[in-house]
Amino acid sequence: MWKFIVRRLLITFPQIVLLSILIFLMSQFMPGDALTGMLDPNVDQSTIQEQRERMGLNDPWHIKYANWVSGLVQGDLGQSFRFKMDVSELISQRMENTLLLGIVTLIFTYLIAIPLGITSGRYNDTLLDQAITGYTYVGFATPLFIFGLVMLFIFGYQLGWFPTSGSVGPGMVPGTLDYWISKLKHVMLPALSMALIQTVSTVQYLRSEIVDTKQKDFIITARAKGASESRVYNRHIFRNSLLPIAAFIGWEITTLIVGTVFIEQIFGYPGMGLLFLESINMRDYSVVTALVLLFGIAQILGTLLSDIILSIVDPRIRIK
Amino acid sequence: MEIKNVQMEAAKAENPTALRILWREIFRDKLAFISLIFLVLVTATVYGISIILDQDEIVKVDLFAIHQPPNDEFILGTDYGGRDVFGQLIIGTRNSLTIGFLVTLMSGIIGIVFGLVSGYFGGHIDNAMMRILDFFNVLPFLMIVIVFVSLVPKYNTVTFSLIMTVFLWMGIARLIRSKALQEKELDYVQASRTLGSSHFKIIFKEVMPNITSLIVVTMTLNLAANIGIESGLSFLGFGLPESTPSLGTLLSYATNPQTLESRWWIWIPAAILILMLMLAVRNVGEALRRAADSRQRRG
Repeated sequence: MWKFIVRRLLITFPQIVLLSILIFLMSQFMPGDALTGMLDPNVDQSTIQEQRERMGLNDPWHIKYANWVSGLVQGDLGQSFRFKMDVSELISQRMENTLLLGIVTLIFTYLIAIPLGITSGRYNDTLLDQAITGYTYVGFATPLFIFGLVMLFIFGYQLGWFPTSGSVGPGMVPGTLDYWISKLKHVMLPALSMALIQTVSTVQYLRSEIVDTKQKDFIITARAKGASESRVYNRHIFRNSLLPIAAFIGWEITTLIVGTVFIEQIFGYPGMGLLFLESINMRDYSVVTALVLLFGIAQILGTLLSDIILSIVDPRIRIK
Repeated sequence: MEIKNVQMEAAKAENPTALRILWREIFRDKLAFISLIFLVLVTATVYGISIILDQDEIVKVDLFAIHQPPNDEFILGTDYGGRDVFGQLIIGTRNSLTIGFLVTLMSGIIGIVFGLVSGYFGGHIDNAMMRILDFFNVLPFLMIVIVFVSLVPKYNTVTFSLIMTVFLWMGIARLIRSKALQEKELDYVQASRTLGSSHFKIIFKEVMPNITSLIVVTMTLNLAANIGIESGLSFLGFGLPESTPSLGTLLSYATNPQTLESRWWIWIPAAILILMLMLAVRNVGEALRRAADSRQRRG
């Protein structure tokens, strides 16, 4: 198993390097550089050229890339010209919101998936199972952004149960209990919308996993020993079916990243996804570059996490 | 002579081609059949009407007709630029479908060739090609496409589809590869090789026809996904420009709270249409998937 993990880690490193090169090259095509936005229009051209030379903006691309990477490693992501502040600081402000959204979504995803998957697998081909399967079928076909809009329309505007935008109510003092309650209230609807769509693949997987396990020999043995029905399901089947679900967590991160961009836009939730869209529209490219890199690394690490969990759970994968 | 003919005909009846089986399965599955008719009707309608409709006329801003609710002149009212929502719905559906088809076709061709070559040759070639695929797979697709779209100064339906294709061929490539890996171990491939057939001939004339059903199924299901992705990008404002509306463009107007709350005619029809289209394509795809797997066939 360790051999697999080490080999898998060895693949990850070049992936991150390639990703950073790609993003760097992309950033070279974006208009403007570190100086744009800081300049006074009255400064004359020769001074600008001098400054460019000093900042290394005229160097060939591989040297610029090396400089960029060494900056990244030290946590220097450049300057945002829109906010006139360090990109790293700007992102860390927003990251808290996105992390909260992501975690609450994950909790909801599993809170919905596990009971539905178990019921559907245990009582397969009953009316209840058909209803759950119908939900996953429609859920698969529904684009997240349409569902988000509909949820906002119904629960935000028509029923008014939840706030319709922002991440916290106005005039809240950070750190107080009210502040956190208000934050939770704001995150509830976006997270629920995302979870209801995202959970369908897990429900389906859990269901087919349980239906498969039900027919295995060790379940017949367990029954023959006289284990009660609930014991058979709760201990023998559930445990064996739950492990593959654990591996989903890494992939959920990938879908979460894409999901947050849409959901934050719809619910006006100030997280990293919304920051990304705002920065692209404002042509604030240093922020864009940093965010694409961060999302990319998160995605690579998510896949890594899934593969490792899967190799622990399923020995067949290790041999490959 | 006659006996031979009869035998041949019997053989034909016993071994219908893959496409025939797929067709029969759809025909037997009522939901899939209705979905297929719905898709054909919608496609015919939007392409038919949009020949008569003038796109430039539809997207022309008319400030005297802003936000009109549905009335006699505008069946589905107007948007914030006084543009006819019904006309945009038709043109938008056409554009979304066109991009969906184009992306599915292009990513399909790349994915099939890549997967077949990788799986057929195996070994080092397969290994190298899979590393390339892995790399594309870990890219943050949505963000990179958005950055691309905002950097490319001018693009149209075709270039936009190309940008999407670059990041969407991996799924089908992986699937075809794993099938090709199994297929190349079969006797007919070895036999053909012994007879001196070229690799090219074996891959595209012998292995590929044998996995037709898998290709058809995957591409159908991809079509639904691609329509969703396109409308999602347009929704965020990084699809086609507003002068070339898509279904997502109409939905993007709903990010304005007032439109979302009180001007249902702008976004609800588009939302319903996308949902119905995606469900219909999926119904057809699922029926095809059952047909491709002889254990699950109903007919």
